[in-house]
Amino acid sequence: MSKQIIVPFGPQHPVLPEPIHLDLVLEDEKVVDVIPSIGYIHRGFEKLVEKREFTEYVYVAERTCGICSFIHGATYCQGIEQIMKIEVPERAQYLRVIWSEFSRLHSHLLWLGLFADSFGFENLFMGAWKTRERVLDFMEETTGGRVIQGTSKIGGVRRDISSERLDRMVKDLDVLDREMKELTTIFLHDDSIRHRLRNVGTISREDAYHLGAVGPTARGSGVAVDLRKTGYGAYDRLNVPVVTDSCGDCLSRCTVRAKELFTSTDLIRQAARKIPDGPVDVKVTGAPDGEYFMRAEQPRGELVHYLKGNGTKFLVRSRIRTPTLTNIPPLIKMLAGCDLADVPVIVLSIDPCISCTER
Amino acid sequence: MAFFEMVRTALRTVMQQPVTILYPAQAAKKTPISRGHVMIDESRCISCGTCQRKCPAQAIIISKEAKTWQIDRLRCVVCNSCVDTCPVKCLFMDTQYTAPVTARSVDLIAITYVKPPKPEKKDEPAQ
Amino acid sequence: MTMQPQVTTNIEVGQLIGSVERFRNEGYRLVQIGCTKVGDLYEINYSFDKDYHFENIRITIGGSTEVPSISGMYWNSFIYENEMHDLFGIQVRGMNIDFKGTLFRTAVKYPFSQPPVTVTKGDKP
Repeated sequence: MSKQIIVPFGPQHPVLPEPIHLDLVLEDEKVVDVIPSIGYIHRGFEKLVEKREFTEYVYVAERTCGICSFIHGATYCQGIEQIMKIEVPERAQYLRVIWSEFSRLHSHLLWLGLFADSFGFENLFMGAWKTRERVLDFMEETTGGRVIQGTSKIGGVRRDISSERLDRMVKDLDVLDREMKELTTIFLHDDSIRHRLRNVGTISREDAYHLGAVGPTARGSGVAVDLRKTGYGAYDRLNVPVVTDSCGDCLSRCTVRAKELFTSTDLIRQAARKIPDGPVDVKVTGAPDGEYFMRAEQPRGELVHYLKGNGTKFLVRSRIRTPTLTNIPPLIKMLAGCDLADVPVIVLSIDPCISCTER
Repeated sequence: MAFFEMVRTALRTVMQQPVTILYPAQAAKKTPISRGHVMIDESRCISCGTCQRKCPAQAIIISKEAKTWQIDRLRCVVCNSCVDTCPVKCLFMDTQYTAPVTARSVDLIAITYVKPPKPEKKDEPAQ
Repeated sequence: MTMQPQVTTNIEVGQLIGSVERFRNEGYRLVQIGCTKVGDLYEINYSFDKDYHFENIRITIGGSTEVPSISGMYWNSFIYENEMHDLFGIQVRGMNIDFKGTLFRTAVKYPFSQPPVTVTKGDKP
């Protein structure tokens, strides 16, 4: 047995702008053990719930994450609506689905770009972000914000999309689909990329399930878990296909995300076809009294917002369990036994978002 | 399995115009509802304080005595909450982002609204 | 929107290991462990999921009670248990990876065990 050395990875590392620290225990080039360490950017969001009225906290909840911001806001609102038994208008539910799926597109395209960057394919990184720009343009045109949409509110949404705009959006989706097709073909079929990602960071189906992997990390190992299947919002009226892949390596996780881009555009088309006319919000009176675990599917996986109110305007507790937090134990499993040079790719393959992990 | 999958894309991109714009020589993309920064029509503000109460970032302070409306641009998260809740619609969102600053400061705006003299008691704006 | 009702079972601290073991044997996955401060007591929720069926068990303890770790059944629970220790000051016995309070490095020790902030109208900076 050779001598063990410890190589620190992060919190500042070129591959990842977010502060996660890993102590990599190495034997020669092989990683034998990993000790993760977070806590560089704990902001105490959950404590802020005691100082902000529950209607104002929507803006705070939305700022938990800079990428899946809309889904955070909408999940929080849906949780409060469940406690207060508010019936949200149909149109608002469909609009939430449309914006959520655009968030997913935006997040997955961003991730594909960063992932390409992590294995040194700078050109592809630019290509993915160029396509992502179309999604951001739509977001800005319909909500007024590129990444912080700010359209969630308790009892509905704050903005409506006109039917002409929806028609135009569906037409634009074809262009987007064509661009994404070209992009994902490179990711999934280019020989050098396949060679770089195949059999790197493999995690078995059993390990992924029992270690609590969620989202594309779980689906890449063949665990068909997608919270959209529980039918929150308008998802119960749409056909949601669950994309899975069986190999459990980095290429599988990349495949799942690449294919999910097309299920997202498909869901947007379905929603645009089925969206009814009507109001987009209802008036909310009173204050939440009770508790609820609201679960939703984020681009990175299952998100849990636990909300507890006591009948006043200030909630007692808001606990946000983000997907990256629960994907850290599977990450440790993936890293054990890999080469040092593969660490950046594997860390990025779970799509870590440390800022929302620490809240 | 394919080699040089990227070549087609790369060649076409070389032929095209750049997709980026020459900011700041060329103006940044904006839409009519882009949230840039909050503006106030000081001649219509009735100093009711709704924007201050509804601001989740606590960036706005209204003084009824001094008749001023002040906003800390660095605290403001541009959520549009004050614009939505203003009863007299004197607040509106400009599409231009706040200019960069080197030091923390607040924008202090004097409210010039004068309560119109009304002989009848009805239709009096709430103070 | 049709949401299934959420079942929460209140149990004693002593029953925790047995209940969690039952979930593990039935093939549930651990969704989260979350702590809530209610008055002087702490509610700890252990949430499990199997095929989108959500179940939740809850123990209610005082601040000085030691909680047994479930990391023997669910290896990934260390991340939640360390979080619970760092933010609420709950002592957890027998964690597989014990960060000893360094997972979340906060300026205030055990910030979430501090009394809740009370806000009165017009209380602005």
